[in-house]
Amino acid sequence: MYEGAVQDLIDELGRLPGVGPKSAQRIAFHLLAAESADVGRLVAALQRVQAEVRFCVTCFNVAEAEQCRICRDPRRSEDVICVVEEPKDVVAIERTREFRGKYHVLGGAISPIEGVGPDDLRVKELMTRLMNGQVTELIIATDPNLEGEATAAYLARLVAPMGLAVSRLASGLPVGGDLEYADEVTLGRAFEGRRRIDA
Amino acid sequence: MYVRHLQLGSFRNWERVDLPLRPGPTVFVGRNGEGKTNLVEAVGYLATMGSHRVSADAPLVRHGAEQAVVRAALRREDRELLVEIEINPGRANRVRVNRAPLPRPRELLGLVKTVLFAPEDLVLVRGDPSDRRRFLDDLLVSRTPRLAGVRSDYERVLKQRNALLKTARLARGGALATLDVWDGHLVDLGSQLLAARLRLVADLVPHVAAAHAQVAGPEAPLAGLGYTSTVPLAGDGTPMTAGTPLPDVAELANALRERVAERRQDEVDRGMTLVGPHRDDLVIALGPVPAKGFASHGESWSLALALKLGCLALYRADGEEPILVLDDVFATLDTDRRAALAAVARTAEQTLITAAVLDDVPAELRGTRVQVAGGAAFVVEDDTVLEGGVR
Ligand SMILES: Nc1ncnc2c1ncn2[C@@H]1O[C@H](COP(=O)(O)OP(=O)(O)OP(=O)(O)O)[C@@H](O)[C@H]1O
Ligand SMILES: [Mg+2]
Ligand SMILES: [Zn+2]
Repeated sequence: MYEGAVQDLIDELGRLPGVGPKSAQRIAFHLLAAESADVGRLVAALQRVQAEVRFCVTCFNVAEAEQCRICRDPRRSEDVICVVEEPKDVVAIERTREFRGKYHVLGGAISPIEGVGPDDLRVKELMTRLMNGQVTELIIATDPNLEGEATAAYLARLVAPMGLAVSRLASGLPVGGDLEYADEVTLGRAFEGRRRIDA
Repeated sequence: MYVRHLQLGSFRNWERVDLPLRPGPTVFVGRNGEGKTNLVEAVGYLATMGSHRVSADAPLVRHGAEQAVVRAALRREDRELLVEIEINPGRANRVRVNRAPLPRPRELLGLVKTVLFAPEDLVLVRGDPSDRRRFLDDLLVSRTPRLAGVRSDYERVLKQRNALLKTARLARGGALATLDVWDGHLVDLGSQLLAARLRLVADLVPHVAAAHAQVAGPEAPLAGLGYTSTVPLAGDGTPMTAGTPLPDVAELANALRERVAERRQDEVDRGMTLVGPHRDDLVIALGPVPAKGFASHGESWSLALALKLGCLALYRADGEEPILVLDDVFATLDTDRRAALAAVARTAEQTLITAAVLDDVPAELRGTRVQVAGGAAFVVEDDTVLEGGVR
């Protein structure tokens, strides 16, 4: 244990995803030794995201206004919604340039271990969009791992009565992986070859 | 295959080891507690990424160090294979094969093949079902590396499903809306695991019976293997024979799905998954009776040894020549069993033997020795120190 302020910083850093106690300590001491201008920029960046970045009221992607850039873009089709787990997945799919519809960010995947069920995700909001809009096709692009597959299967059953075309990204994605890490070509191909789910 | 060179860093009591090894038998000899078993445990780790003595990785890392390193140069037929593992307890290991990092450590499984026999193997006969399931699944993954993913996904599905069942019990059923999707995973992965285990047990049967006859003598009762399952179609423990028909994956999936549906209420009441390969067992029989609870100490030893020699024979039938590791076993065997084991060990491409007393090891296996003492290991041949690995 270190003195108050240093230990507080280590504790806060240690709470971040993917940062263990050892790395938290390393980052903390790196910051202690850094130029004050560098630290100032980090502080400013953190404060800016806090103040300026919000979640899109429609799709829950990150946004700097009420709605995100994609939801505001009139050239994008209202007919297709692509469901993803996290905003970073939107970025990954945008890179492929294969998709011209809109997104819906669930905010995670079903995972009982972590206490995450359908009610903890933006599922109700998705259903509202599907019922009101002119959507004819739903593409489920949750991660190709157990939790992503379970979420996809759950959604497919839930929307089955609505008579939409529901599809899942085709295989070819690394199984057990994370959408984010699939390269553009593979992800693009998975998009093109998406297969219908008939739940 | 054989290990040509073994290097360890901060593994167990070894700070550094740099040890050339050769094909054929090698005896690691030295006083109790010097670190002989630790050396061969590292060789076993190359094959299973686990220890035959502990279930967690933390004890493998030298006190005070953060990580351990096992590096081995192996020869398989006339190909060189360099395997490097960084053991990071609590975090993912890092593995390189021929200097190329593996995207996932578990992709190593199946590359290095060992058959390790140690006093701990008595649990195969006398221990819990979980010990026997681990034995089957380790062997499965080693023969069919694709199943490493099925096995770990199945374990994850179980955790997810059990977590859901627990909350469902507390929430009086409210969380059950998503149980169906986990059932789908459970059935899909569970049936693959079941089918693979049944095939494996059937494949082992003749080899284990033959090895047992060799170890315990021709008059000893027949050693048999059966599979007992929470899915009745998958087996009731009756010893299998060459003619036993095996259900296929689709049949097992249907049977498992039905069974899951039947036990639904019990599962919700108890908050856990009650059907599936995680509740099954390998039944080892001696003649007409199951060995567990009946076999004498010596009989249990013979069965455990026969299981391991059966694995060796099965690998050979697959066209593989695994490294044979015999940890502290000669001292506990009687003369006939020693001779039977020595006869097999002599034929292996490489046999690594540990013993506190050299005389316990049959003379024909004593050619090459590694003297282990005072934190150092030296290769000795005909009482001449050849090459050394230190600290
Ligand atoms: N993580 C560790 N760090 C340091 N020392 C360890 C560690 N794990 C085990 N040891 C030490 O290693 C020694 C045991 O080594 P090992 O089991 O290889 O002995 P052995 O030579 O096989 O002895 P025996 O003849 O009794 O079987 C013990 O003294 C133990 O304290
Ligand atoms: Mg020992
Ligand atoms: Zn939006």
